[in-house]
Amino acid sequence: MEQRRVLEVKNLKTSFFTPTGEVKAVDDVSYHLHEQEIIAIVGESGCGKSVTQMSVLQLIQSPPGKILGGQILFEGKNLLDYAPKSQEMRRIRGAGIAMIFQEPMTSLNPVYTIGEQLTEVIRTHTKCSRKDAWQIGVAALEAVGIPDAQERMRNYPFQMSGGMVQRVLTATAIACRSKIIIADEPTTALDVTTQAQVMELLLSLVEKYKTSIIVVTHNLGLVTRYSHRVYVMYAGKIIEAGATEDILMHPWHPYTRGLLECVPNLTEDKERELVPIQGAPPRLQNLPPGCAFKPRCTCVSGLCRDEFPTLRRIGPNEHWVACHLDAEVSQA
Amino acid sequence: MMQNFNAESFKQFLRVFFGRGILVQISLVIILIFVFSALLAPILTPYTPLEQDLTQMFANPSAAHLLGTDNIGRDFFTRLLYGAQISLVVSLLSSVWAGVVGIILGLIAGYFEGLASSIIMRVIDAQLSIPSLIFSMVLGMVIGQSIPGMAIAIGIGAIPSYTRMVYGMVLSLKHNDYITAAALVGQSETKILLKHLLPNCFAPLIVIFTMSLGTAIMVEAGLAYLGVGIAAPTPAWGVMVSEGYKYLTQHPRLAILPGLCVMLVVVAFNIVGDGLRDALDPRLRGKL
Amino acid sequence: MSKSIPSQPILQVENLKIYFPIRRGFWGKQVGEVKAVDDISFAIEKGKTLGLVGESGCGKTTTGKGILRVYQPTSGRIYYKGTDIAEMSKAQIRPFRRQLQLIFQDPYGSLDPRQSVQAILTEAITTDRQRHSAAQIKARIEELLQAVELDLSMSDRYPHEMSGGQRQRVGIARALACDPELIVCDEPVSALDVSIQAQIINLLKKLQHSRGLTYLFVAHDLTVVYHIADVIAVMYLGKIVELMDAKDIYANPLHPYTKALLSAVPITDYAVERQRKRIILKGEVPSPINAPAGCPFHPRCRFATETCQQAMPKLTAVGGGHQVACHNLKQVTD
Repeated sequence: MEQRRVLEVKNLKTSFFTPTGEVKAVDDVSYHLHEQEIIAIVGESGCGKSVTQMSVLQLIQSPPGKILGGQILFEGKNLLDYAPKSQEMRRIRGAGIAMIFQEPMTSLNPVYTIGEQLTEVIRTHTKCSRKDAWQIGVAALEAVGIPDAQERMRNYPFQMSGGMVQRVLTATAIACRSKIIIADEPTTALDVTTQAQVMELLLSLVEKYKTSIIVVTHNLGLVTRYSHRVYVMYAGKIIEAGATEDILMHPWHPYTRGLLECVPNLTEDKERELVPIQGAPPRLQNLPPGCAFKPRCTCVSGLCRDEFPTLRRIGPNEHWVACHLDAEVSQA
Repeated sequence: MMQNFNAESFKQFLRVFFGRGILVQISLVIILIFVFSALLAPILTPYTPLEQDLTQMFANPSAAHLLGTDNIGRDFFTRLLYGAQISLVVSLLSSVWAGVVGIILGLIAGYFEGLASSIIMRVIDAQLSIPSLIFSMVLGMVIGQSIPGMAIAIGIGAIPSYTRMVYGMVLSLKHNDYITAAALVGQSETKILLKHLLPNCFAPLIVIFTMSLGTAIMVEAGLAYLGVGIAAPTPAWGVMVSEGYKYLTQHPRLAILPGLCVMLVVVAFNIVGDGLRDALDPRLRGKL
Repeated sequence: MSKSIPSQPILQVENLKIYFPIRRGFWGKQVGEVKAVDDISFAIEKGKTLGLVGESGCGKTTTGKGILRVYQPTSGRIYYKGTDIAEMSKAQIRPFRRQLQLIFQDPYGSLDPRQSVQAILTEAITTDRQRHSAAQIKARIEELLQAVELDLSMSDRYPHEMSGGQRQRVGIARALACDPELIVCDEPVSALDVSIQAQIINLLKKLQHSRGLTYLFVAHDLTVVYHIADVIAVMYLGKIVELMDAKDIYANPLHPYTKALLSAVPITDYAVERQRKRIILKGEVPSPINAPAGCPFHPRCRFATETCQQAMPKLTAVGGGHQVACHNLKQVTD
């Protein structure tokens, strides 16, 4: 299969300048997304996974935030060449790359109906009459599986449930023919059975509209089920990347392994003792040199103290890891 | 600052408070001058506010009389200083008493839903519908034109703002998990009110208190000017404006200076109150 | 688990109903009610954990808080050590108050922002209306901090100076300060980061062993409940639809809702997960204000028949302590 890269992020750096020091929320992050692919960016709160995506769309509040460097290549152009409020950026945010947020309710304006908001977005990105836009909107709502779409267009956001609103946001992306959907914790605020519905919906878009999807999540289960490739983030950096199967079956980085061992699993013996990762994620102000994970790591060597390990390729597949560990220790 | 009494957050409080700009700093200086002149009035001036010198009527400012004298030869600077004393006493008394009553009513109404709450809040609403100046005027005439009388009359007008604030805070705070937790370990309701709910209302209460100090000074001056407040010859600023008003064309300073004092102090209290609100708001504290 | 203790249930709930009135208008006229918990019964043995699992609005938290009398039960009986505490007045319940504790979901909202750890624990220790010397209190605080594996230097900290996991430990220490026998854990790990969740789960298990605690563990995360609970009750719209030994939830789920729930929970075992059949439910959980008649699950159920629309199926034993409330068990299992 010819794998065309629809989005490529190179050496992205975003910092927040707070009174107590610089917070390097995104520190030299590179990743890419192929056509019709679902990738997952995994990490705990504060690891910079959301800020990375906000940076791609230049939605960082400035000040205190600032994109310090890097390239974001989309359709042959570097998005960082555009000003955050420029016409080009605005066009890309709707028609090129759409974003779905964790709290669906706050992403819609409560005083306008779903229809009003949908048609407005559609009309800013495609030249068409109000009537046509309405029809496109209804079709999009139907496409995401909302019953009585005509009726629902006249509803206000509060008349819908969280899962329903999440679908409406997805419908917006479909209606604008977005090439990429970035879903930031799309299911965290939803019930388990609704989560499954929303994820299946996203999955169907990949086939139907050739959309590519970035899922930002802390939930390894979602990753296992839906993503093709995974990037694991810790303290503003990508520490492991590769095909989902490689990462989940042969995790290398102690953090990735820790994440997998600390969650209970329905398929295993329920009496197995969970192995938690000791301590808590570090604060990103004034991080000491060396590997950010070393205070919690179970296999620290002298190298970890002084030098941040760069991403290196291990094995025959595209499996990358940022860890000084040798293969023998890691597999043990 | 009030959130926790420790050094780091106090520093942050100061940083935000003084980071609000030059206006806050000037206002704070005005308030400090106001308080010091009120406290040190007897030391700052050789005269008393009531002693007359009929040989020196309408004297112009000089070394002996820094701001001149008034129509019956009283030292005008001395009267302004003692006026500050009266304003300070009346505003403090009225705000403290309004605060105590208002907070208690608010706590009761907010924590115990039901009849007591309905009655308290309806009475407070009813009082809010009466213009507070007229309300205090009538009360002032009934209670008496003394300093304590004024403090009570003005204070009653300020009670609703305390009650409504505390009521709203308690309504939202009492659904916090830590209130449930306190009840579950067996804490009594009175203690929950005093140990958990009240301290968490402190930050906005300080803001309201500061602002009500300013309002009280203004109302007190207004009532005195209208002749229903503190009566002549007590050197209240309002009284002085009303007396000096008669000589506005010949000796404008007699009416304008006390008026200016009222204005400066009231505005200063409001600006400091605004600054406090920002500095005490934990959401703003991290960002500024 | 503690095997020597005889299996007399420490908590027995019978036909518990908790309805919240909906009031409208100036006079607060009651126009309806939310049947948050609708006629449920279960029992927990001493030293065991009952997991209450379900989606938002299913009434699991209301059940937990109702047992602690944070919410007043509408009807039904709550036997704690054989005494019915459902109807007791505040004074009557006082002797039991401290034996029943709660661990909260939100580690940020459950600690008073103005109290240091020391103040929080002191309050919990001293509200038992007995005399405590300063030295006794200090020793007790140290013991509690050790029990929840917090550094002693933490006692001067304020909640906003601590991480979510540390706050949750303080919340647990506060509950332990009352020497409780039964603790309702209301989603105790769902607000925490994945890597912290395991720390808290292990701590809860450890404390259960060392102190003989009984847990009512309320959570929406099936994998967590599976791991910590001995018995699992699955709730849907205020009713228990299935009750079983925890081992059976993955091995032998019977109710169509349990099956759907199970299928919706992703598994991190890559090989198994990619092979698994998925049941995607249609629609969403109806509001408990106008819950459907009959079996609450019938509008979303593939096996629903006319009977399901009319009558709520009874929770029926199917052997091995396994109980299911479903009219069409035969078709479902085939």
